[in-house]
Amino acid sequence: MRLKLVPSETNWDFFKRWKLWLGVSGVMMVVAFVSFMLQGLNYGIDFRGGTTIRTESAQALDVAAYRSALEPLNLGDVSITEVFDPTFGPKQNVSMIRIQAQDDQESVTVDLLESVSGALLQIDPDMKFPSVESVGPKVSGELIQTAALAVALAIGAVLIYIWLRFEWQFALGAVAALIHDVILTIGVFSEVQIKFDLAIIAALLTIVGYSLNDTVVVFDRVRENLRKYKKKDLKEVLNLSINETLSRTMMTSVTTLLALVSLYILGGDVIRGFVFAMIWGVIVGTYSSIFVASAFLLYLGVKRDWTKQDANAGTQFSGIDA
Amino acid sequence: MLQIPLWKRVTIWAFCALGLLMAMPNAFYTKVETHNDALQAIELSGETPELLADQASWPDWLPSSLINLGLDLRGGAHLLAEVHVSDVYEARLQGMWSEVRDALRPERTTVGTIRLQDSAADELRVRISQPEGMARALEIVRGLARPVTTLAGVGASDIEVRAENDVIVVNLSDAEKVATDERTVQQSLEIIRRRVDEVGTREPTIQRQGTERILIQVPGVGSAAELKDIIGTPAKLEFKPVVGRTQDSNANPGVGNELLPSIDEEGVFYILERAAVVSGEELVDAQPSFDQNGRPAVNFRFNPTGARKFGTYTAENIGSPFAIVLDEEVISAPVIQSHIPGGSGIITGRFSVEETTNLAVLLRAGALPAKMTFLEERTIGPELGQDSIDAGKLACIVAFAAVLIFMALSYGLFGLFANIALIINVGLIFGLLSMIGATLTLPGIAGIVLTIGMAVDANVLIFERIREELKTAKGPARAIELGYEKALSAILDANITTFITAVILFVMGSGPVRGFSITLGLGIITSVFTAIFVTRVMIIMWFERRKPNTIEV
Repeated sequence: MRLKLVPSETNWDFFKRWKLWLGVSGVMMVVAFVSFMLQGLNYGIDFRGGTTIRTESAQALDVAAYRSALEPLNLGDVSITEVFDPTFGPKQNVSMIRIQAQDDQESVTVDLLESVSGALLQIDPDMKFPSVESVGPKVSGELIQTAALAVALAIGAVLIYIWLRFEWQFALGAVAALIHDVILTIGVFSEVQIKFDLAIIAALLTIVGYSLNDTVVVFDRVRENLRKYKKKDLKEVLNLSINETLSRTMMTSVTTLLALVSLYILGGDVIRGFVFAMIWGVIVGTYSSIFVASAFLLYLGVKRDWTKQDANAGTQFSGIDA
Repeated sequence: MLQIPLWKRVTIWAFCALGLLMAMPNAFYTKVETHNDALQAIELSGETPELLADQASWPDWLPSSLINLGLDLRGGAHLLAEVHVSDVYEARLQGMWSEVRDALRPERTTVGTIRLQDSAADELRVRISQPEGMARALEIVRGLARPVTTLAGVGASDIEVRAENDVIVVNLSDAEKVATDERTVQQSLEIIRRRVDEVGTREPTIQRQGTERILIQVPGVGSAAELKDIIGTPAKLEFKPVVGRTQDSNANPGVGNELLPSIDEEGVFYILERAAVVSGEELVDAQPSFDQNGRPAVNFRFNPTGARKFGTYTAENIGSPFAIVLDEEVISAPVIQSHIPGGSGIITGRFSVEETTNLAVLLRAGALPAKMTFLEERTIGPELGQDSIDAGKLACIVAFAAVLIFMALSYGLFGLFANIALIINVGLIFGLLSMIGATLTLPGIAGIVLTIGMAVDANVLIFERIREELKTAKGPARAIELGYEKALSAILDANITTFITAVILFVMGSGPVRGFSITLGLGIITSVFTAIFVTRVMIIMWFERRKPNTIEV
């Protein structure tokens, strides 16, 4: 007896309301974008400069006491958050303290760190500081540029690859799905206010890779079926292809999610945000390869005749004298 | 129909065996690490019984390369420093002044007297009293130019000389600036390396980033502040003639002079000549010691040129004060009692023993050619790193087990084949990582977990395809063959696109992100290899033995 996620023979109509799904995706993207514009992301120090200090103490954490201890130092914007994690022991009380970038200073000075740790040690003389990170405003500005560039480059490279391997409509469909995934992920990060740092960019790019993986598998089947069933209309071919690959889509999503969820629960708080982004990405990526990429492909339409040479090919630029 | 030539089978299994062999040392991490450390220590300082015992903890004939653990896993300090390359221009131009002076002196009849003018840091201004001799003066000063050898600036000279009324203005040319920057950064890199090595820690990473930046990662250092103390101090030692002493911090030192504070005496400033008689570059040795009163001090010795300059100067200036300047602060300003011919001396001041030890290290390693600012610094404690490793290990094992069970439930025997391939796959990733000496970071572990999840994808594609082909009933052998054949294009396209994003991450990212891209990229390569070749060999070997009439996937 085999475990089956989907029946072996499916004939579900994914495109009954495809315009509705495209609309829903569009609306979600707008919501995500508006959230991003209004609320903004909770940028980590990688992107806006500043210092984070991780504290660990055997005593129960009193955020107010920490705050009042740091107040006299005039550090500007200080945020203190308690960190919870199932992997912590009973005497492990962890907090993250974030201090804004100090004026006209690239990285934090030794004096500043000493005064901060001195103030905190008055609360608990045995407090430890497992990590201290500081990024100057100069680097953080560059990091955000590089990150944005990396995402843009990845999408561009993919556009070109799929265009070469398939047709331009496929490439646009895949890229629409990617942009959808990236925007929704950024939207979730702005909505939930999880720290957005360099690692999240890596997660974003992985989502791009994963979603694409999914889309390409569907498209590959579409390409095959378009050759096979020359008479069927595009909607039917798309639907058939998605049904044929559905079992694989679900299998891969589930195995990937199994791995990610175990990392989310057991992997510790340091990479939780990163793993959260990936889990979200796998779900959104699976959805988008069917309801965005394929629907968009249906909207664009595809040139059907794969055997004959395009009559216009090569003559397009004939009027231009090189 | 279903056939793979023997040589292919052997090659495939040989690859797997090699990968697993390379991965094996990582299973015995601490043992192999002791072995490697001992081996290195023996090479450096000869054999001792303890070292030999340590070396024996892992057999020499087995592979011993390990995956480096990144700072976020091992703990340590990370600094990104920016070198102020333009600092060096000023020193270069100041050096030019004496050359210009000496060159123009014989021509006094045509150019008249010459005077150094105040100027911005990046130029040298010299006034001549007879402007009609300007043409000759320019000719002479231009004669001092030297060609710059760079790839782009062939035939360029190092300075640009022009006249502004009766003033000669000397600038460094752009080609020279580029060449100087390059030298400055290289020199800084070298000096930082020497200083970190003097302190002696394991596998520091000291890398140039971009044109003006240096990345320093030192595992095992307690804090970035500690590391900064070692590498952030310029340690520029100079010996300068004293012009005067003042309490006024705004005193005008006069052209060619400078005003520097005293390190010990509050509110005391010295007026010194800007050009140093001798500098720290001419030191050959420095050792911590004590002066005749038993206070901590640093002994130093000059090289022959330095010793000669120092000797001549002291002989000519007996009775005048003389300042020892460290990083723009006057340590002491003793009066020269007698000619000092031997080229060695002692620096005294209010030092602690620790300070003299550090200073001696810094002086030996050499001064940084320019100041540095730190743009980024991170300290990760070793406990946090260990916690992350433990958590990552557990997560990997659970993820692995979950995927294995799920695959076996879904595909039965074929699922088992895929599972064996998955185990080989993870082994291969570790093997490749150790082979290329890659660094495993926390996101890197996440990359491996993700790969575990995604690696089965290629197998799933193939198995699903075989299922479909079985429906059209062409017999199991044909179905298997068609399954592999038809799934190939989807597998390749899907993985190449993911690989493209991994490459972009690698090129654009730094630090942990780069670690992630490496594991992701390698994971894609190994999973395609195991899916296309390894499971196929396994399935075919099984099929040949059993020759089943029907198969269930």
